[in-house]
Amino acid sequence: MAPTDSNKSDSNKSQTKKPAVQTTGHAWDGDIQEFNNPLPNWWVWAFYLTIVFAIVYWIFFPAWPIGRDYTKGVMNDIEYTTADGKQVKTHWNTRALFEKNMREAEIEQQKYLDQLASASIEEIANDEVKSNFAYSMAKVLYADNCAACHQPGGAGVVGAYPNLADDAWLWGGSFEKIKTSIAAGRNGIMPAFSAKLTATQIDDVAEYVLSLSKHKTDVGKTARGKEIFNGTSGGCYFCHTKAGSGMESMGAANLTDSVWTLADVPAGDNLQAKKEAVKAIIQKGVNRKMPAWDERLTETQIKILAFYVHQLGGGK
Amino acid sequence: MKHETIETNAGWLIALTLVVISIGGLAEIVPLYFLDDTVEEVKVNGIETVRPYTPLEVRGRDIYMREGCYLCHSQMIRPFRDEALRYGHYSLAAESKFDHPFQWGSKRTGPDLARVGQKYTNQWHVQHLVEPRSVVRGSIMPNYPWLLENKLKYKDIAARMKALKIVGVPYSETKAEYDNNVKRFGKDVAVFLDINQAEANLINQAITNNYDGDKTNVTEMDAMVAYLQVLGTMVDFKKFDDGHFSTFR
Repeated sequence: MAPTDSNKSDSNKSQTKKPAVQTTGHAWDGDIQEFNNPLPNWWVWAFYLTIVFAIVYWIFFPAWPIGRDYTKGVMNDIEYTTADGKQVKTHWNTRALFEKNMREAEIEQQKYLDQLASASIEEIANDEVKSNFAYSMAKVLYADNCAACHQPGGAGVVGAYPNLADDAWLWGGSFEKIKTSIAAGRNGIMPAFSAKLTATQIDDVAEYVLSLSKHKTDVGKTARGKEIFNGTSGGCYFCHTKAGSGMESMGAANLTDSVWTLADVPAGDNLQAKKEAVKAIIQKGVNRKMPAWDERLTETQIKILAFYVHQLGGGK
Repeated sequence: MKHETIETNAGWLIALTLVVISIGGLAEIVPLYFLDDTVEEVKVNGIETVRPYTPLEVRGRDIYMREGCYLCHSQMIRPFRDEALRYGHYSLAAESKFDHPFQWGSKRTGPDLARVGQKYTNQWHVQHLVEPRSVVRGSIMPNYPWLLENKLKYKDIAARMKALKIVGVPYSETKAEYDNNVKRFGKDVAVFLDINQAEANLINQAITNNYDGDKTNVTEMDAMVAYLQVLGTMVDFKKFDDGHFSTFR
């Protein structure tokens, strides 16, 4: 009730004089009265306004359930054109609104994406508009999808996730190869040798592996290790090659450089510690997986990411 | 009833206050049970692709709740462009229809997990749960190393599934229920929904997929990662037109 109404029910005096505070008429414990202060006018009118708003809302927006259906609202349709050119017109709802927003932003981005989709990597790199767009988009994509493993900046985690910012590549560092790695994923497998080779043999092989990267190793052990590495008992050469320089098609690491992605050799203080790190990998083998992204990301997004990763440091 | 009667009687006051307050909630909630489109139909070739959790995933979900993951992680992607770009397609009502209780959440300290399934490798999840900062440097998530050490308790898995069955999750006990699940979800899925084989299925899934990198035993990590890897993967949105699911609204 508005304050003016409630005043009327009072005596006539209240219309001329400033009304005293009304009470509800209840008395508690004999003399405690309950005041009935009228609400401020601004509050009451704001309340009426919400009621009017609700009625307007019922007309324009989906509101009332009727059996198994509901009122859809009038004069408030959402219209947009889908990617394949279909005209969509539907009653107001947040999902259609979402589709419309996505579509509008897509159209806005499309002119850049079209350019990127048809451009070669050199064209993207040499064109300021294209490379700026590719960079700003790739940064977000990388942070959302790649940084969890390969780390912000691409430094990776030794022992788990390869460094993308250096120039050593397990599966190839060309733009095309990086794109394939992202789209289809990779599965890096090296068998475990703990059952196949004796402890001494593994020790010898590790010695030889370290000699490949110019560590000062025991000559006798190294020679024995080389025989296992390049012979049928170890067969390491099958993937790592006889020179130890690795094989891209198998994702086999180059053992002759000083880059280590799994065995943390640089962290070892002495040869023994370094050898333990290598031995652990030989014993347990490797089974690491990079997920395929072609389900989650579009072709152009993958291309943009490949461009970004290629530019991180060591693209070939 | 007179105003004074209500005000001077605590019992009446409580009861009638509850009635008045419930009206708003009831008016919003009850009609949803009768509307055709509240829960979307998600069928590919006549088979429902949103399925109840397997026994191992059920246990993973229990651990998810035990550890209070929901306090920081929501599982509800809203239909906004910024959320879709970061997390993926907006969540459907159908995707949590077998969740009791649902894990939508109302607050994000960490990222939304509604579509985290298959985004990272099992190995990453194990590493991240044991020591989040070893893979995400700025993370404030606590370490959960015990998941890798604790053997999973699964002797009561059949009882847990029976409890879920009571609230409407279609796990099967009889041949008829099993056959019905074959019709609804296909044979491969129906096998995992059979309460009679629950324990064997649980062990089998954990050993075959080797979520925690240790094939010799079933740890809580196996269950947790199995659950995380299935989140948001049951609907293949490529099978539906953009905007298909807005026809349900």
